[in-house]
Amino acid sequence: MKGLDARLVVRRAAFELDLALAAAPGEVVALLGPNGAGKSTALRALAGLVAMPDGHIRLDGTDLRPLPAERRGVGMVFQDYLLFPHLSVLENVAFGPRCQNAGRRAARRRAAQWLERVGLAEYASARPRALSGGQAQRVALARALAVEPGLLLLDEPLAALDAHTRLEIRAALRRHLAGFEGAAVLVTHDPLDAMVLADRIVVVEDGRLVQEGTPAEVARRPRTDYVARLVGLNLYRGKAEGGTVVIGGTEGEHALDTVDSLSGEVFLAFAPSSVALYRTRPDGSPRNLWRARVAAVERHGDRVRVRLSGPPFDAVADITPASVAELDLSEGSTIWAAVKATETHVYPA
Amino acid sequence: MSRSGRPPWFLLLPALAGLAFLVLPLAGLLARAPWSTLGTRLGQGQVLEALRLSLLSATVSTGVCLLLGVPLAWVLARASFPGLRLVRALVTVPLVLPPVVGGVALLLALGRRGLVGEWLDSAFGITLPFTTAAVVLAETFVAMPFLVISVEGALRAADLRYEEAAATLGAGRWTIFRRVTLPLVAPGVAAGAVLCWARALGEFGATITFAGNFPGRTQTMPLAVYLALQDDPQAAIVLSLVLLAVSVAVLAALRDRWVET
Amino acid sequence: MFKRTSAAVPAVSLAVLTALAAAGCGDTGDDESSGGGGSKTLTVFAAASLTETFTALGKTFESAHPGVKVRFNFGGSDSLAQGITQGAPADVFASASPATMKTVTDAGDADGTPQVFTRNRLVIAVPPKNSGKVAKLADLSRSGLKVVLCAPKVPCGAAAKKALAAANVKVEPASEESDVKAVLTKVSLDEADAGLVYRTDAKAAAGKVKAIEFPESAKAVNDYPIVEVKKAPQDALAKQFIQLVLGAQGRAVLTGAGFEAP
Repeated sequence: MKGLDARLVVRRAAFELDLALAAAPGEVVALLGPNGAGKSTALRALAGLVAMPDGHIRLDGTDLRPLPAERRGVGMVFQDYLLFPHLSVLENVAFGPRCQNAGRRAARRRAAQWLERVGLAEYASARPRALSGGQAQRVALARALAVEPGLLLLDEPLAALDAHTRLEIRAALRRHLAGFEGAAVLVTHDPLDAMVLADRIVVVEDGRLVQEGTPAEVARRPRTDYVARLVGLNLYRGKAEGGTVVIGGTEGEHALDTVDSLSGEVFLAFAPSSVALYRTRPDGSPRNLWRARVAAVERHGDRVRVRLSGPPFDAVADITPASVAELDLSEGSTIWAAVKATETHVYPA
Repeated sequence: MSRSGRPPWFLLLPALAGLAFLVLPLAGLLARAPWSTLGTRLGQGQVLEALRLSLLSATVSTGVCLLLGVPLAWVLARASFPGLRLVRALVTVPLVLPPVVGGVALLLALGRRGLVGEWLDSAFGITLPFTTAAVVLAETFVAMPFLVISVEGALRAADLRYEEAAATLGAGRWTIFRRVTLPLVAPGVAAGAVLCWARALGEFGATITFAGNFPGRTQTMPLAVYLALQDDPQAAIVLSLVLLAVSVAVLAALRDRWVET
Repeated sequence: MFKRTSAAVPAVSLAVLTALAAAGCGDTGDDESSGGGGSKTLTVFAAASLTETFTALGKTFESAHPGVKVRFNFGGSDSLAQGITQGAPADVFASASPATMKTVTDAGDADGTPQVFTRNRLVIAVPPKNSGKVAKLADLSRSGLKVVLCAPKVPCGAAAKKALAAANVKVEPASEESDVKAVLTKVSLDEADAGLVYRTDAKAAAGKVKAIEFPESAKAVNDYPIVEVKKAPQDALAKQFIQLVLGAQGRAVLTGAGFEAP
């Protein structure tokens, strides 16, 4: 079988990682999860930097588990790049080829080609400390790719960059990943990075896989509160029956109308922007309507995010700043909230 | 720059006092130096002979310290085994041991009738005491802790993740040590080597005890100074000045080139 | 930064330091003396080879003079002489060589003429097993034999040189040691096959080294002069101590330790 097929098992004192992971050649898989979920540990296990007592790592059919890091043929881009400060940019990139017994000159030639490819040929003789964050990231990428790895690992490749350069670097990284023929595994805690860079997202929480799918699937159908928060959706788990979903609220159950006709255990999601807020009880078309307490009012981009607390259930609403003034919202006040049945999205649990 | 450039008084005063304390004995030497006869005294063969021997033995000893001390520092910084703390304490023993005692200890270990020395004599016909090799060994004994401590500190401060990065690039342990670890701790190694060389150059007690004193063979500058002091204090001052001038010149050159870049 | 001078600089100031240390002991070592009346402290600078005998004589002196404490500063005669010429507060100076004594008298720091109170001569010190089979002075020139001498610059070395020259024996020493004790260390550890040391030193190290007398030592007998220091704080006591050393009691203690009567 081509590509990566792994079951990563790492045990620590109060933590266990047990994660099945596969990536086809040319596919980019993002490991997404909160801090401490085990994403980086998974990456280090793949690279051979932590020992695995169990499991397997097959790359194009060969088991890498018994091999030490230096014999795995795995390229890794580290979080803060870890360019060797005592070597020039060119020597950094040539380091891998040199270790593969390429001659000094051949290694430099290969390094120069890679620098050309990431657009940094003119920095060949510079020291890493003279580079900007984005440039350092590209050098780190070139260094990892110069060993022509079968598997490329990227540990938070954009975390060290400021918001300003991030956009541009992310786009460039996407291009380079698209040109990479092997399997790639990317670790991030930023959903946007994962959405833009990955073909498939694997959500890891507490050492376990909790959700897996294309970025669109994950964004549309979150399956845990963590993912729902990341993709900015209100998410509830409940029982569907004839277009109505009964969810467990903060005090007892609460029924919500939907337009789906599923039955059984389901997730119900709706976007914060689909929640409408009123000072007084609105009249008119049938909709899901409830009385909620305002727990917090926060600025969120050009919108205002209003956290509503139950009973009947917690939810988040996004409204315009103008509405905030109109509604005279303040923390602790009570208002009416409504979501149209057509704005909800129901999918099997 | 302006903030960091001017030290506050509570640091400046003790700093100046410290400097004065270090420089005052030097001023004493310079003040009492027989400047008028300096030229003729320096021309004496024994001075150059002792100087040559001092520089040679201190340099060779620094080489031995590097060869053995850097790996030892690595083990102390990276390895973990029962008794590590004891080993670390043992490494510093030569620092607290009076050098003369160190010399006696070397005789008991490597002398003609010593633990290892007896075997060296019977198996290879090698006897170390009273030879230039003994001078190097004595200097290495007292100087090595300086190198080990300095390099161990540098290794502890070094970021291990660079070595991991090198491993993912296909570097084996030897390549990692040679091309990543060593260059990263190079300032610490250089500082340690300089300290080591300086300590070896000034070594007296262990040398005279283990290697004895014979001009051209085991008489280094400190020994020549000590013996000159017995009958000709002025000659001792001249020798001290020579030792001082040469070592300051060498250390200043090394410092500029290695330690501060 | 100045670590490299650690041997050189202290070595130069060694004499001064030992002098100061001795003075410090004299001043603060005895609580009663600071009161002005009561006890007195006599400070004696003496050659290191006199350590055992003078310590014994000091006890005798103290018991004969209640309230008097004798403080000794034992060391190389040269450093002691330097200390005195640089103003260390000594009462009595006992040197292991007339030449060293001369530096003190030349500097005008002696009160009266130094008197030779005892003499010492060289013996051949060999390890107890005497595996070099040394029996006489001429054996020291045998090749392959490791001989250690004192450096010619120190008194025992000068004496050895004189004795060897008088006997017309050529020795290629393995080392020229800085003092007698260093020679004895090397012989007792069997690192050297033979060394020339003073008879008293060999006697003190009895059991660890064997002493072999040789007739040529008569050519290099070492005189020990003693003198009162000019600015002696304890003038009367200094004179009495010198009398004790020169008298019958002094002689008995000294000959008991291997010294010869002058």
